[in-house]
Amino acid sequence: MTIAASLKKRLKYFDVDVSFSCASKSMMVMIGPSGGGKTTIIRMLAGLETPDEGQVIFGDDVWFDSDRRINVTPQKRRLGYVFQDYNLFPHLNLLDNAAFAATDKKEVDALFDLFKISHLRKRKPHMVSGGERQRCAICQALARHPRLLLLDEPFSALDVITRRGLREELKDLKGKLSCPIIYVTHDINEALFLADEILPVVEGKNDDGWMQRTITREPGTGTTAKGAREPRLALVY
Amino acid sequence: MDYLALYVTLKLALVTTAVLMVIAAPIAYLLAYTRFPGKSLLEALVYLPMALPPTVIGFYLIIVMSPKGFVGHAWESLTGGSLLFTFLGITIASIIYSIPFAVSPMKAAFSKIDRRLLENAYVLGLSKRATFLRVIIPNSLSGIAAAAVLVFLHSIGAFGVLLMVGGSIPGETKVASIAIYEAVETMNYQAAGMIALSFIPISYAFLLLINKLNEDSRT
Repeated sequence: MTIAASLKKRLKYFDVDVSFSCASKSMMVMIGPSGGGKTTIIRMLAGLETPDEGQVIFGDDVWFDSDRRINVTPQKRRLGYVFQDYNLFPHLNLLDNAAFAATDKKEVDALFDLFKISHLRKRKPHMVSGGERQRCAICQALARHPRLLLLDEPFSALDVITRRGLREELKDLKGKLSCPIIYVTHDINEALFLADEILPVVEGKNDDGWMQRTITREPGTGTTAKGAREPRLALVY
Repeated sequence: MDYLALYVTLKLALVTTAVLMVIAAPIAYLLAYTRFPGKSLLEALVYLPMALPPTVIGFYLIIVMSPKGFVGHAWESLTGGSLLFTFLGITIASIIYSIPFAVSPMKAAFSKIDRRLLENAYVLGLSKRATFLRVIIPNSLSGIAAAAVLVFLHSIGAFGVLLMVGGSIPGETKVASIAIYEAVETMNYQAAGMIALSFIPISYAFLLLINKLNEDSRT
């Protein structure tokens, strides 16, 4: 199954206008400076925001088509979406959170073993660390057997060591999953480590030269400077 | 002591609270999460009973609940009975009188929930209704409890509205606040004092409970 999207949306400071596709068993990393429209694009794939124009097609299913006035609700797209935070419901323990939309509750135990959080199953989200919360959030998304996995800077709120560990776990996991994965980050190291394909997005548009410019150029003005600061910091570690 | 009046008061307050929790939740949901034309008008209307003198509310309730009013007329043709001077009549009055005290804390509690949690529930396949029941309600319990306590306290203190709509029929519409008023009217200060005294520990205990709930919701 392949996800193919062509999206246009007018935002306050720029317009989003991108086309891309991502096949099963493949991870596409969307990279670019913060505030460049990456999250808006992901939210349009999830059905949480409506594009002004375009199509989102998953395999043979049309999720969105502005010409044919098709817009499938987020509930019916059956995808996994891991945010930077706020995936977990504060009133439920980790196990109930992961099993929230599970097709088979028994699988959650296996996922918890895989992500090494079985001992925390009865803890509430606020009682565990940020890394453990994000592990649980990934379990929650996977337990639904998603057709597409969206990860929007899932490790950005974590410390560098934890982030690096989870990055590796995710790379291992990728081999076991059969759905397309779209991963959003502003960290060039992370992108190079994880990606099968890279889609640089700057001010809502695909800009293939962005990574090269960001790594090689001195921080100057405008977009390049904005994007350059964070990856440069990341290179230190 | 007029136990019967105390009993009517507690029964009225409990029924009012139970019914209002169910009515106020969807109203609070609309006010907290949706945008529609005329929303501010609806919101002001919901809070209007708080801003009106109880006798004004009572007056209009008499107008609509009397056998010639549209609610009273409909009720009479359905059941043959009257709404005025009945327990049902004062229950309706008490519900309308306390609506703002139910909706306001619930709306505040609902608004505090992060929208991203709701979006995650949608992505996980929950309908808006299921999200309301499985995510919003369980994460607003302290706000809902605060609403319940406020409504309960507000209803045991109701006087003007109930007197106008229900009069003072023992065992039916004569609540404790009316019993105190009548006892004082007849110079029976001892009887008035007994009932009055019984209010203080109840109200005090509930206020402590509200404070506790507010502290819990802040952490």
